[in-house]
Amino acid sequence: MTDVCRHDVIIVGGGAAGLRAAIAAVEADPEISVALVSKVYPMRSHTVSAEGGAAAVARDEDSLEMHGYDTVKGSDFLGDQNVIEYFVEEAPKELTRLEHWGCPWSRNEDGSVATRAFGGMTTKRTWYATDKVGFHMLHTLFQHSMRFDRIVRYDEHFVTRLLVDDGNVRGVSALDIRSGEVRAILGRSVILATGGAGKIFPFTTNGRIKTGDGMALAAAAGVPLKDMEFVQYHPTGLPGTGILITEASRGEGGLLKNSEGDRFLVTYDYGVGKKAELGPRDMISRAVVQEIEAGRGISGPYGEFVHLDLTHIGREKLEARLPFVLELARTYAGVDPLTEPIPIRPVVHYMMGGVDTDIDGATSLPGLYAAGETACGSLNGANRLGSNSLTECLVFGARAAQHAVLYSRGSSEGNESALLAQAEAEAARVSALRRHKKGSEKISTIRRELNTTMEEGCGVYREQASMLATVQTVASLQDRASDLRVSDDSMVFNTEVIAALEMKNMVDVAQAVSVSAAARLESRGAHTCRDFSSRDDENFMHHTLCYLEAGGPRLDKKSVHLGHWEPEERKY
Amino acid sequence: MSLGTKKFVITRFDPDRDTEPRTEEYEIPVQSDWKVLDAINFIKDEIDGSLSYRWSCRMAVCGSCGMMVNGEPKLTCKTALSSYGDSLTIEPLANFPTIRDLVVEMDGFMDKFQKVKPWIIQAKERAVEEGPQHQSPEDLQAFKQFSMCINCTLCYSACPVVATDPEFLGPAAIALGHRYNMDSRDEGADERNAVFRGEGTIFSCSYANECSEVCPKNVDPAGAVNQAKFNAVVDWASSFVVKREKE
Repeated sequence: MTDVCRHDVIIVGGGAAGLRAAIAAVEADPEISVALVSKVYPMRSHTVSAEGGAAAVARDEDSLEMHGYDTVKGSDFLGDQNVIEYFVEEAPKELTRLEHWGCPWSRNEDGSVATRAFGGMTTKRTWYATDKVGFHMLHTLFQHSMRFDRIVRYDEHFVTRLLVDDGNVRGVSALDIRSGEVRAILGRSVILATGGAGKIFPFTTNGRIKTGDGMALAAAAGVPLKDMEFVQYHPTGLPGTGILITEASRGEGGLLKNSEGDRFLVTYDYGVGKKAELGPRDMISRAVVQEIEAGRGISGPYGEFVHLDLTHIGREKLEARLPFVLELARTYAGVDPLTEPIPIRPVVHYMMGGVDTDIDGATSLPGLYAAGETACGSLNGANRLGSNSLTECLVFGARAAQHAVLYSRGSSEGNESALLAQAEAEAARVSALRRHKKGSEKISTIRRELNTTMEEGCGVYREQASMLATVQTVASLQDRASDLRVSDDSMVFNTEVIAALEMKNMVDVAQAVSVSAAARLESRGAHTCRDFSSRDDENFMHHTLCYLEAGGPRLDKKSVHLGHWEPEERKY
Repeated sequence: MSLGTKKFVITRFDPDRDTEPRTEEYEIPVQSDWKVLDAINFIKDEIDGSLSYRWSCRMAVCGSCGMMVNGEPKLTCKTALSSYGDSLTIEPLANFPTIRDLVVEMDGFMDKFQKVKPWIIQAKERAVEEGPQHQSPEDLQAFKQFSMCINCTLCYSACPVVATDPEFLGPAAIALGHRYNMDSRDEGADERNAVFRGEGTIFSCSYANECSEVCPKNVDPAGAVNQAKFNAVVDWASSFVVKREKE
């Protein structure tokens, strides 16, 4: 019999969005019981790797209007403007809460919170804690969450399915990785906060755990994924490993240089002028690719790259502001940024797309919410500005929780035997996987082929033919991924079973990305199609919805919420 | 660049099958820029899918991938393979119960972590409308180093006191409690010092300093334990004095 646990609100994911949601839920209702379910201990969540900062208006020279305009322009006008307006208004409050909870924000001499420059932001509004902002935010949230007994953690539990009855989500089935048992965790509302899916690509800043689990769970329950074609390449990752070198290194004065030592970004006409390095990520990533294609890259064991030069900034400032960059470059690239430039190349960093939600984090499935990178509430549109996503996790993690709490009060319990039958079926599926020694496909082979085709079809620059080829390849990988070989039949901490479950999620998410990309016959934000080089507001000023159905993927459209800012040519 | 082959002698333990840990050897081709974790991932992907261990960020910040490498606790994603000879032994972190292979049980650590009340305690909670508090760069500096702990628990594997007294709060938890005590925004030092003076007392620390030596983030837990001890004593002594004055 399946072990059954009962709570009011179930949160899947223990990163910034999940933890903020958990805290907001108990703040909203001190009687509520919250389950925080994560496949890792919360402090291992990938929020930990975010480096540069979190955006919120903090200075007199700045304004909510300016933050909103920068964000909508950064989104190439595909961001929902009501969502953006709400976001910029809540952002300073959320970062202030983190300050009250102990986040060690870096300070100005007078003791006020310091802010730094970031790409696409017209003024300094990025709060930072040296260059380990995600780490400090995550640990602050996790430690603060420990105050509340009403937050019950299910650490190292992998959610395999949303339990749905009578058109409402009423829980999740979760594999307890340590024991190998599948539990039914029942509740009245569920919030997905599992982060992104960078691991479907070969070069990514993302950690091992970023396999698109929440997106795949929602899609399997019939909820559409939105704007999945928009994949952010961060311009400065280390070749080979993909380890992130923060945008703050450009915010603090770092320069990109080609093989001739020239600061090439100033020759690319996106209009930032002398501050070329502070352009938005999509444009800088394209410039780096063009520079390499023009033969001005530098060759290395992991392909061509360009240089990020910090040597002129000086030891004192680098040690004070970018100590993690120094550590990462020395440890993982073998260069000392005090005296040598850092090799960098564009690398997959962030999914603008995700589970389609409204401004409250609500999805089309009653009781199901999503927040953070897993969600697409359309703050970021076609291109996210650096330092908006950490704040997004807080603002929309909190809002989703407030609405999930409200929903849970009005919701009934559901038909428990039907829910348990679903959990039993999941237990049987996991058990079969655990004994699938004769599967014909090797997990690492499928992963490699998936990575290769995603980069070929859905890279910085895309072509219609290669996107369509990727759609086909992903479809065949989906098929093959249903017969993965699992050599490990142990119940206890079976990481091969987890890898197989993750692989299924990855191919599903990859399908949504490739199919959505192939259908957008324009170039907008991070989706740059060589066959259709300009933005086409007449035909494509809409969100893409992708449903993953038994008969195959189905696309639909959703209108963009306009009203405050008139779409214009995106010129910096 | 190839670095030839290396042999990995890895501790295996599956409670479904084994009564006690055993070892298994893998000889694999390695690259000169690999970390120890890259080799273990190669074994998992290409040779033995049943090998179990934790890892995620591969950039020395998530804290998952600690293991004993040639008998020393190491963050394997940060440890260069090139600094080792032809053969390496890989074991689960010492001083923890093993769940399976290289995966250790974290329950005890998580309990100790929570015990030190690692959150801001203020007599009156601040409203958001009051805005951010001021904190001078000097006040930030007073605790910043102790806030850098990634909870990798290498210090527990190195600590001679943890080895003999499982109740000992341990380096990372004490450093974390001390981090909040030293934060100018916090008013909870009395509560935490009471914890420090209670069960699993911090006074059993023998100043071995091993914890600070193995810390991959230069948190200096030994320094934190020393300061925390001193403060806990001063706090206790002064409360005694105040009580006497009241009498």
